[in-house]
Amino acid sequence: MRRQSLKVLATVAALAAIMMLGACHKKTAPAPPPPPPPAPSPTASISVSPDTIDKGQSATLTWQTSNATDVSIDGIGAVQPSGSQQVSPADSATYHLVAKGAGGTQEATARLTVTQPPAPAAATTSPTDEDLFGQTVKDIYFDYDKSDIRTDQQAAVQADAQFLTQHSNISFTIEGHCDERGSTEYNLALGDQRASSVKNALAAVGISASRIKTISYGKEKPFCMESNESCWQQNRRGHFVYQK
Amino acid sequence: MDDTDRRAQRHADIVAKLLGVLILLSLSFLPSASFAQDWVRTGSGLGVEKVRLAVPDFKPSNSDPQNTALLKTFNDTFWSDLDNSGVVELVSKSFYPLQVPGQPAEITFPAWNSPPPNAAMLAFGNLAVAGGKVTVQGWLYDVKNTASPQVLGKQYTDVPTIDAARVIAHKFADEIIFRLGGGIPGIAESTIYFVSDRTGHKEIWAMDYDGSNQRQLTHQGSISLSPRISPDGSRLAFSSLTKSGWDILMYSMDLNRPVSFPRLGGTNLSPAWSPDGSKLALSSSRAGHSEIYVCDASGGNLHRMTTGKGPDVSPTWNRKTGAQIAFVSGSTGLPQVYTMEADGTNQQRMTDQGYAVSPNWSPNGQFLTLAWIRKYGPGEPGSSDIYLMDIASKQWVQLTHDGGRNDFPSWSPDGRHIVFQSSRSGKEEIWEMLADGSKLHQLTFTGRNSQPNWSWK
Repeated sequence: MRRQSLKVLATVAALAAIMMLGACHKKTAPAPPPPPPPAPSPTASISVSPDTIDKGQSATLTWQTSNATDVSIDGIGAVQPSGSQQVSPADSATYHLVAKGAGGTQEATARLTVTQPPAPAAATTSPTDEDLFGQTVKDIYFDYDKSDIRTDQQAAVQADAQFLTQHSNISFTIEGHCDERGSTEYNLALGDQRASSVKNALAAVGISASRIKTISYGKEKPFCMESNESCWQQNRRGHFVYQK
Repeated sequence: MDDTDRRAQRHADIVAKLLGVLILLSLSFLPSASFAQDWVRTGSGLGVEKVRLAVPDFKPSNSDPQNTALLKTFNDTFWSDLDNSGVVELVSKSFYPLQVPGQPAEITFPAWNSPPPNAAMLAFGNLAVAGGKVTVQGWLYDVKNTASPQVLGKQYTDVPTIDAARVIAHKFADEIIFRLGGGIPGIAESTIYFVSDRTGHKEIWAMDYDGSNQRQLTHQGSISLSPRISPDGSRLAFSSLTKSGWDILMYSMDLNRPVSFPRLGGTNLSPAWSPDGSKLALSSSRAGHSEIYVCDASGGNLHRMTTGKGPDVSPTWNRKTGAQIAFVSGSTGLPQVYTMEADGTNQQRMTDQGYAVSPNWSPNGQFLTLAWIRKYGPGEPGSSDIYLMDIASKQWVQLTHDGGRNDFPSWSPDGRHIVFQSSRSGKEEIWEMLADGSKLHQLTFTGRNSQPNWSWK
């Protein structure tokens, strides 16, 4: 019995030796110099529920990250790697989560839409120009690869122009944005063209060009990070920013 | 007609075009991997035998304890440089005799020049650390010519560091590739510039051509894009978001800091050096629409070259003559690649359909490489792939097929390799391949990396 198992052991050893020899002969070229071992990339996700609230209500922001040492949310600051928090912004807000770790940086974004009350009949304090600008001036949306102003956006341009005519002291920036498809350099030129389109449309109805700055962000600063048409449409826009 | 038939028809077309286009490329045919693919990989040099080169590990020539680590780096780098070059066929180490030479006296020719190794050439040598210096002796022998075998004998001395061992391996590999690759200098000492977001901001970085020695150049803290190194390697032009908008910035590689370049106004993107280093082409919206401009390397003497209404970006000069510029224009809808004379005349549309961007002109002046989504639109799930186009005939061949979004191809100085960005691994990283699409490998792994630009030499 013992003798037999020894025999088996010897056979196994011999087989292993043969296999190793075989493996040696199959040895191929060593791989190119190995890159530094990649640290695990951080992952990050953030969501807000519900994603639409009336002004004054609150929503729950929930985020999760992994492999991150430094996690922050714009407007909130440094936060725990995972957690949740009640938020109650006065205006629609984009929560931009940045998770940094040894393996790089991961970003995630959640958009909370705040519905303004239909008519703030008796505002207790008179709103500032900036408040009014944020509430009234609407972004202009574009078709894919296009920089001309769509017919369905003309009304928004007219409304924006009307407000800006009434508030002639306000200076502002128009940011041109593109969706994530398309190439970096071309998208920056396209975003520039979109910002210029909005500027030209406003100038055509009498808004002084000296009040308007334009900047293109191409696909560098998306509002929405998902890969679907509703998100892409969110990102193809001329975005108005009040200039203090 | 079902899908397979259409593919077969398509392949016949591609192969016909390939033979026309690629016969001009002095590339070597590398048989494709045997896994199932629905496309054909081919190239020029069909049936051309490459030189069989045996590269036994270099040996230590004394017993200094530092030898082991330096030899490991040297041998790995040296093998990888020769393997990536595409000009030689490395003989598998399993065919080598047990006794490998460290110097000429130790060679037994029959053990190398007949099967199983059946090598035509043998690269061998030794390394030793002594007196605070590392010395590498290397030889290239024509082992079929036993009467007068030496093709090359070199000795290198440097500080005994891992970096120095890698540089010496690159230098000796380049000497061998120069001799066995038709007198075209090797690329092992070249540099790739790229954009990385690993610090949290998109900054310009540089790395050796094989992905080692990655280092950060700019610290703008905003968004920096489109690095383009000057032909002499002394200056790097790039586009960066500053307080006044997108400006062209200039970084001195000699001074290791930014140097002044005039603000042009508007959105300024995608600088490109003329091959003599005296001029830059760029895209500027200073007069309204984004158009191609040419100026002196100092930023002076700015001239507008295009006048369309669509956005014009991403110029690249004919690297051989400096007489033409290729660029991207959206003047007819989706972006297409055009060429024009360097004075703006004779504009020619090169791409017939789809979404074509990021042209890069080959060092020999004959080809463009570009990123192209040929099938574009609803129900056409086209992918962005790297293509090669023969400029004279406008015939093209697709180089990448393996998924992901592929963009920003850039030629190596020897015209045998292309570096590009791809999302095939799940996020944007830098990849490199031979210009026939083979020998694909990933160079970056940390953060998101994009827009590679290969040095001119």
